[in-house]
Amino acid sequence: MIHSLFLINSSGDIFLEKHWKSVVSRSVCDYFFEAQERATEAENVPPVIPTPHHYLLSVYRHKIFFVAVIQTEVPPLFVIEFLHRVVDTFQDYFGVCSEPVIKDNVVVVYEVLEEMLDNGFPLATESNILKELIKPPTILRTVVNTITGSTNVGDQLPTGQLSVVPWRRTGVKYTNNEAYFDVIEEIDAIIDKSGSTITAEIQGVIDACVKLTGMPDLTLSFMNPRLLDDVSFHPCVRFKRWESERILSFIPPDGNFRLLSYHVSAQNLVAIPVYVKHNISFRDSSSLGRFEITVGPKQTMGKTIEGVTVTSQMPKGVLNMSLTPSQGTHTFDPVTKMLSWDVGKINPQKPPNLKGTMSLQAGASKPDENPTINLQFKIQQLAISGLKVNRLDMYGEKYKPFKGIKYMTKAGKFQVRT
Amino acid sequence: MSAAPAYSEDKGGSAGPGEPEYGHDPASGGIFSSDYKRHDDLKEMLDTNKDSLKLEAMKRIVAMIARGKNASDLFPAVVKNVACKNIEVKKLVYVYLVRYAEEQQDLALLSISTFQRGLKDPNQLIRASALRVLSSIRVPIIVPIMMLAIKEAASDMSPYVRKTAAHAIPKLYSLDSDQKDQLIEVIEKLLADKTTLVAGSVVMAFEEVCPERIDLIHKNYRKLCNLLIDVEEWGQVVIISMLTRYARTQFLSPTQNESLLEENAEKAFYGSEEDEAKGAGSEETAAAAPARKPYIMDPDHRLLLRNTKPLLQSRSAAVVMAVAQLYFHLAPKAEVGVIAKALVRLLRSHSEVQYVVLQNVATMSIKRRGMFEPYLKSFYIRSTDPTQIKILKLEVLTNLANETNIPTVLREFQTYIRSMDKDFVAATIQAIGRCATNIGRVRDTCLNGLVQLLSNRDELVVAESVVVIKKLLQMQPAQHGEIIKHLAKLTDNIQVPMARASILWLIGEYCEHVPRIAPDVLRKMAKSFTAEEDIVKLQVINLAAKLYLTNSKQTKLLTQYVLSLAKYDQNYDIRDRARFTRQLIVPSEQGGALSRHAKKLFLAPKPAPVLESSFKDRDHFQLGSLSHLLNAKATGYQELPDWPEEAPDPSVRNVEEEDLSLIETHVGLLGEYTEVPEWTKCSNREKRKEKEKPFYSDSEGESGPTESADSDPESESESDSKSSSESGSGESSSESDNEDQDEDEEKGRGSESEQSEEDGKRKTKKKKVPEGKGEASSSDEDSDSSSSTSESEMTSESEEEQLEPASWRRKTPPSSKRAPATKEISLLDLEDFTPPSVQPVSPPAIVSTSLAADLEGLTLTDSTLVPSLLSPVSCVGRQELLHRVAGEGLVVDYTFSRQPFSGDPHMVSVHIHFSNSSDTPIKGLHVGTPKLPAGISIQEFPEIESLAPGESATAVMGINFCDSTQAANFQLCTQTRQFYVSIQPPVGELMAPVFMSENEFKKEQGKLMGMNEITEKLMLPDTCRSDHIVVQKVTATANLGRVPCGTSDEYRFAGRTLTSGSLVLLTLDARPAGAAQLTVNSEKMVIGTMLVKDVIQALTQ
Repeated sequence: MIHSLFLINSSGDIFLEKHWKSVVSRSVCDYFFEAQERATEAENVPPVIPTPHHYLLSVYRHKIFFVAVIQTEVPPLFVIEFLHRVVDTFQDYFGVCSEPVIKDNVVVVYEVLEEMLDNGFPLATESNILKELIKPPTILRTVVNTITGSTNVGDQLPTGQLSVVPWRRTGVKYTNNEAYFDVIEEIDAIIDKSGSTITAEIQGVIDACVKLTGMPDLTLSFMNPRLLDDVSFHPCVRFKRWESERILSFIPPDGNFRLLSYHVSAQNLVAIPVYVKHNISFRDSSSLGRFEITVGPKQTMGKTIEGVTVTSQMPKGVLNMSLTPSQGTHTFDPVTKMLSWDVGKINPQKPPNLKGTMSLQAGASKPDENPTINLQFKIQQLAISGLKVNRLDMYGEKYKPFKGIKYMTKAGKFQVRT
Repeated sequence: MSAAPAYSEDKGGSAGPGEPEYGHDPASGGIFSSDYKRHDDLKEMLDTNKDSLKLEAMKRIVAMIARGKNASDLFPAVVKNVACKNIEVKKLVYVYLVRYAEEQQDLALLSISTFQRGLKDPNQLIRASALRVLSSIRVPIIVPIMMLAIKEAASDMSPYVRKTAAHAIPKLYSLDSDQKDQLIEVIEKLLADKTTLVAGSVVMAFEEVCPERIDLIHKNYRKLCNLLIDVEEWGQVVIISMLTRYARTQFLSPTQNESLLEENAEKAFYGSEEDEAKGAGSEETAAAAPARKPYIMDPDHRLLLRNTKPLLQSRSAAVVMAVAQLYFHLAPKAEVGVIAKALVRLLRSHSEVQYVVLQNVATMSIKRRGMFEPYLKSFYIRSTDPTQIKILKLEVLTNLANETNIPTVLREFQTYIRSMDKDFVAATIQAIGRCATNIGRVRDTCLNGLVQLLSNRDELVVAESVVVIKKLLQMQPAQHGEIIKHLAKLTDNIQVPMARASILWLIGEYCEHVPRIAPDVLRKMAKSFTAEEDIVKLQVINLAAKLYLTNSKQTKLLTQYVLSLAKYDQNYDIRDRARFTRQLIVPSEQGGALSRHAKKLFLAPKPAPVLESSFKDRDHFQLGSLSHLLNAKATGYQELPDWPEEAPDPSVRNVEEEDLSLIETHVGLLGEYTEVPEWTKCSNREKRKEKEKPFYSDSEGESGPTESADSDPESESESDSKSSSESGSGESSSESDNEDQDEDEEKGRGSESEQSEEDGKRKTKKKKVPEGKGEASSSDEDSDSSSSTSESEMTSESEEEQLEPASWRRKTPPSSKRAPATKEISLLDLEDFTPPSVQPVSPPAIVSTSLAADLEGLTLTDSTLVPSLLSPVSCVGRQELLHRVAGEGLVVDYTFSRQPFSGDPHMVSVHIHFSNSSDTPIKGLHVGTPKLPAGISIQEFPEIESLAPGESATAVMGINFCDSTQAANFQLCTQTRQFYVSIQPPVGELMAPVFMSENEFKKEQGKLMGMNEITEKLMLPDTCRSDHIVVQKVTATANLGRVPCGTSDEYRFAGRTLTSGSLVLLTLDARPAGAAQLTVNSEKMVIGTMLVKDVIQALTQ
């Protein structure tokens, strides 16, 4: 299975290596660097690179390449999934997963990696269990440890490891018992030049933050569960119950976790909450082009659209842009040709507008393609699919928890072709 | 990191910004020459007695290792610390050892004895980690020791250690493959293990050591199928891919009989169990009449498909992919469709996941196009996708294109052609070409579109179009003279060699369509011949030869010129070709037998190339595998075997009956729904019933006579596991899990007997008779089967409450057990005296309730008679120590009895109530290895020999909490399991009442003023204003004695802390209208503060 792991930053330095079997020379990464050079962008580095004696599987996250070295046949997704789990674990431990943070906590990182794999096969990947084995560093604990000489390493087998509910430790205690659920929906859409929808779908997740004492058993039911077309669950959810009653029944893990991700069936028409009007024109043999974008609300169900940002990759021929926004701020990076416009809230009476001219390379012919516009936005208190949580019940514990539910709609991969 | 070579020794040792903790160390000054000195320093630190210094040194060494720097010269210094007490130092030493032991084998041997000792440690974590490190040290000399350790660990009590043993197997195998036979024995043993924890790891070991020993799987096949859903994700992936191979060797192909399959599979799609039932039933008939052989799916084959299906909902992409490939390779055609949705979902994931999934979708979409057609739009390309994803999506879109959707697909392609990403545009043009060849209707449209692209400004686009047009024209050249002329003009501008070569080839091939242009093109090419790329030169020769043959008058000289040029070319291929061509076409003196046929040779009609996907034949690799992704066999790839012609004997998978009799709770992991028992405790029976109703009515509905039999075993297993969880099964839930499932399976078949008689006979025979091969059919068995029939009828038809006993009766003789259980519980465990499973039907339940009430009265009178047994005030309510779920059937509660502990007056006496809600006796309950904060000590309770199912017991233990509310953690051990539990005392339990007079109280209070006094104001609620209630509430919160008091509105209480004996004085001054002031005087300020908080909370609630 997984032989070794190399962490490589974007400038091509190997800043951490870990071997679970015999040592593999870091020169194996040369093949990776070659591939990296060939790919113009970091995202284009192929995730699987065969070399004469090894295979390199990599993921790219937080500007770090996590390169796993394997020697024999193994499902590639197994390795990729594991690498992503490693990144998630680091994020969980240190808040962020970045090169300096990993370097600062190199010992903890090493200990965690040691626990996650044994001989290349995953051993403990539940962060609940890992945190009992190796406690995440906090300032307080560092201070306490230096004074008392106690350690970050647990000497007992984590209770979860052997239990039938491995995702939850026993003996959890809170003074304030709370359970929060965030229903977050993302709209993935491609909008045509003329404004018609080519494809639009809604992907949703329910993220939970559960801080409840003891072993609570929760059930969450929806007003309209039929909306959910395809779902994937956290392992804690009882699948049978969902199959038969469309109720989520589970003993939650402690803390933050993703309870459910779902896909709203494609039959339902997706309400697109915004429209984008654009007028981008290049003229042949002219060094000026016109540029105008207007963003406005459409089918928002009375909610305001917030956090709107518009980004667009301009063609190479664009040298500079002189634009004036009716609200918000905009930037244009002449090197990467990236235009971004931070709009903020949309006022339905006065749709924000960005207008101006582009200066083009003199003499060059007009670009083939008009740029696509990527849109980001948020709508609070609205699940665009209409999904509603009916109720949350708790069994198994006697106290009354504080329950909260929040809805939000966001733009996922929302693209407007021009 | 700076741009300088970041990994020079210098940088690593220096106190860079990334490692502030080393910054203060003067020795790591950052100069290369100090390297040796620094190591000396580390050695010194490692030799000290101070753990903190050792730890610091080890951390720095590990940081060096992490950076890939050599720290091997420290080996002797480090290895000395292998027995260090500090667990973190120890762990880091292990890390070091595993890294360097291979290089320093002799020194590494020094550490072995420590691990051998560790293997005997009572703590399972230490045993496991000792085995882990021992097996990770790659030192061949210790192979025998490792072998011994693995064998021992494989029969360890703790499943965690057994898991570690499974992990160690491939390690040893890679070190010394001669051990294979012995290791296979261990694998065989571990494969029989029934815990989910071990399953994944041992299958992994199996795959690495002996994947060919498929016979080891037979006996465990059903168990693995049933356990699968509860195994952790990584194990699931490995098991599924192994089972895929297994199924390919053991079952018949579901697609072998297409015509029959249609109806069969159709049914299977809706009620998967049904055709299992039918299959099982008609197996005999099939054997009787071999002439007609309809395809029947083996029930075990069906079991695998059914049990893996829910895993499509897993959050892990690897698991979803594993199930998808299993369905693709094993499922009947009609059922494969279910995987499409799940795979499309994965496209939302990280781009690496998308990459792998799309590769597999591309392969699948060639074979099963219909499967992904509804999701066509999910493969539309966004400009922000990485190029490699775009190209894969394009591949899928092309595969999915058909007559109906081609217009939309082409419209999409049109957008893509204008993309800025030129590689992607080129791929799109290829894709259009493929669509055009596959779908005749749009060929002209595509061709026109491509011709338009020829005027594109981007050369790459033009070149790609030319190449594709060439291929398309080959299919129907006659009509397209115009296009060829257009292309001919392009030779002036286009520089891409491949495109030029393509144009030349086209002109040569179809020179009769463009008789005027062709010689001119040759003239131009002859002029620039020397400057052309090799591939173009070859085509120039080609063109010249063809023209010479058709139009020698005009081109003879030109051809000779070209051939002469080619004769002196640097490339031998071209020289070769020139020589060959000349001999062939130019008629010479002697012979020329071939040259007569030259025209035929050169201008033979050539078949049009077939444009097909590069994923065409990839499905001979197991999907989802690395080999499939690379389209090349990776090391260690196991070929996916072809289906057998004849099904091997299915009886090899039968397991003996006795193994199947255990029952088991089953929680989580998308698992079958089991009730989590807590709510069954609620005393309101009505409410409980309501809760259960949907659950049962559901299973009833499913097992209705018209429904497919699919739901039968499931609903039964639900009720089984439910009743077991209620009757509290499972001292080790995961262990008997599989049998439960197996049994369900068997039972499922049993209950089908209602539906098909002969089938029923056969199956119930299987269930009842251990050998179960179904040879003889005596009257004895007949009665057996009929009884089970009636039983199952009862099961499916009876009301909810009858359902329980029906399944319950099956396992235990009811009369002997029920009565004592009820009695025991009602005597000892008033809170949950009605666990539902012990009430088979309602009338007895009522009896037991009234009995309980009687007994309750009895105990109350007891308590008044013997007051010393109970504390003067009511005890603090029960606290849970071990939950039923976590304890696998063992429920442990504790109460603070407030009696002085007989052994030690400083100890708080805690009553521990055990009750066994599983259905196996729990043996040897005792306390093991407490892990206590300083000062806290425990007086353990005497070991409880055995606790029968349903029985309860109470034990008293003493804990000296040392006047702190720190929790006492200890292990509660049974013979088989250890549970980690902790008791945290409320502050009020840390004291004992003291009786004193009012004067004494005031005197003592006077001594405890100032910092020792804590005062808090509060509002007493209306409900809490009477004397009686206030006193009761305070004494319930804290174990204090009331001190008589002169004034009516003042309450005083006194007590001493148990360990230090410091006084705790509490005064509550109640004023009119509910306002009150609470004062606590105590030397122990922490206790005082906490007490105030607790009392206020008790009073104001």
